[in-house]
Amino acid sequence: MIAAVLLSLWIGSSTSSIAELRHALFSPDERVSDIAIREIRWPRTVTALAAGAALGMAGTLIQGHTRNPIAEPGLLGINQGAALAIVSVAVFSGPLQPWPQALLALGGALAASLIVFGIGRVDGRGASPITLVLVGAAVTALCAGVVSAIVLLSEAALETLRFWQVGSVVQGYDSFLALWPLLLAGTGLAMANARGLNALTLGEDSARALGITAPRARGIGLAAIVMLSGLAVTLAGPIAFLGLLVPHVARRIFGADYRWVIPGSAVCGALLLVVADVLGRMLARPGELPVGVVVAMLGAPFFIYVARRRKPVTV
Amino acid sequence: MSARRTAPTALLLFLATLAVLCLHLSIGGTPIPLPDVVGSLLGISPDPRTELAIMEFRLPRSLAALCAGVGFGVAGALTQTVARNPLASPDILGVTNGAALGAVALLALTSQVQGLPMFLHAYGLPIAATLGGLLVSALVFSLVWHSSLESNRLVLVGLGMSGLCAALTSWMLTLGDVYNAQQALTWMAGTVNGVSWADLAIAPLVIAIGVALAAALRNQREVLALDSDTSRALGMDLGRDRIIMLGLATALAVAATVIAGPLAFVALASGHASRLIARSTVPPVAHSALVGAIFVLLADLAAARLFSVVLPAGVATAVIGAPYLIYLVIRQTRVRSA
Repeated sequence: MIAAVLLSLWIGSSTSSIAELRHALFSPDERVSDIAIREIRWPRTVTALAAGAALGMAGTLIQGHTRNPIAEPGLLGINQGAALAIVSVAVFSGPLQPWPQALLALGGALAASLIVFGIGRVDGRGASPITLVLVGAAVTALCAGVVSAIVLLSEAALETLRFWQVGSVVQGYDSFLALWPLLLAGTGLAMANARGLNALTLGEDSARALGITAPRARGIGLAAIVMLSGLAVTLAGPIAFLGLLVPHVARRIFGADYRWVIPGSAVCGALLLVVADVLGRMLARPGELPVGVVVAMLGAPFFIYVARRRKPVTV
Repeated sequence: MSARRTAPTALLLFLATLAVLCLHLSIGGTPIPLPDVVGSLLGISPDPRTELAIMEFRLPRSLAALCAGVGFGVAGALTQTVARNPLASPDILGVTNGAALGAVALLALTSQVQGLPMFLHAYGLPIAATLGGLLVSALVFSLVWHSSLESNRLVLVGLGMSGLCAALTSWMLTLGDVYNAQQALTWMAGTVNGVSWADLAIAPLVIAIGVALAAALRNQREVLALDSDTSRALGMDLGRDRIIMLGLATALAVAATVIAGPLAFVALASGHASRLIARSTVPPVAHSALVGAIFVLLADLAAARLFSVVLPAGVATAVIGAPYLIYLVIRQTRVRSA
């Protein structure tokens, strides 16, 4: 992980030498390379770490609560819901400050995920994997359609959306400085939820016997999911498939105990997003690729692999 | 399903399509009265300027919307028949996104690499789109061929492939010099803005042949709609028929994508809606074609004319089609749990 962070500091639109990197880290002065590393790459790396950790944990919680190996915050309409909330307000108000923008993104993500969960439960026995994903895809497409209509109609909304979509640079860092308490709160809730989730894996009856109230544990889990994925969306723009990939990796490494899997998926998610961000800078030189695109290129094949497996994984 | 029962609805749909087509032609920057539209189409136009406006500027766009709708509609009907699942349509399965990816990849290639043969610049786009669509289609179907062609696993694999292609398309668009707004819109959302006669050279022909073949293969379609044990007991070679149908569907979807880009949900909604209209077990070809055409024409009309800016038709098909998908999913779930 430390190696990945260093790599992310090292590789940019112009690659720094190792000496320049050491110089910037340990004895900064006003050199160009120092400024590039400290002012641009460092905030960007921190943002990617935070967003990745949040998405990783959100993915683990979603998969754990829905017992659905292909559930994923990005597939539940959260990204486009946040985008829709941001642009529809920006139409009237003009470009937004980090704080209101973050709140809007959160609100949009919450609304979209509640709608998807709500419709996904139509059969009354909890959402089946395919239903959740399909409803998520439909809500995503619906929001995406409205978003692109709005940004084509309004200059201000387009500006806001573009800043948000490439948000991983300075913009995201500002939001991170404003929003880190949310990351802490979300992580706290997720950790508090670990024991309940462990018990719920045994079924709701056994969980009750172990002294866990299912609705309360589910409520905490949903709150954590929404907080974390809303945060990630606000910081790093729309990223899909990361929250799908990470829990599978984390479960493989850390076993079945959510007290370990949840922090583990935070680490894996942070690592993966930083690496994807670096890859995005390397693949599309001298420009760069939005990190969401890189993650989708890695995550979509994995999604196909999981979906195709004959025996569904038990989560 | 008998021809006697479906023919009247098909006729009604045909008349509706004609009406919508004329409406599409008449509404525009300056409205042209409907009688003048019909007159120009029949060759008895009131004045040369109206005729020019209709024949040179508006008709290509309307025909593009019409052809794309027909192609997507029939392609959706065919895949839904083979997979016996209303959710299995080329747009959900990533075929249209694959075609768009192929086209964008070629655009990026020709803008980056010098000295490519001329014919690539001139005719490469449809070829590249076809390759992309075929590749994705072959991948998706072969990944689930043996185990679960008829289950929702097909839909999931397709959704994943669709997301992958969309991501790769955004990457390609940043690579080359292709990032002009119109092209990007065409290949991301789907639009028929600015289509001219030259763009309508080959694809409509492909669509016409494809639709004719699909209509001719009616017996095979009805057999495929039975469950696989029954048709096997009837001595049918399911594999061959399935491959023919899916190949036909892919060709139609790709041709439609070459015209109008990956318009979301047209194939999905048309196939299913036509089955409801005709009250038949398999989505009928004629109905799906006409429903698709009406859908795209109306969507383009709404997207292009309701607002101060001309929006891409794909935006409207997504906003209309997504609730339809939700409805389908809810229905499927209810049926399952009942």
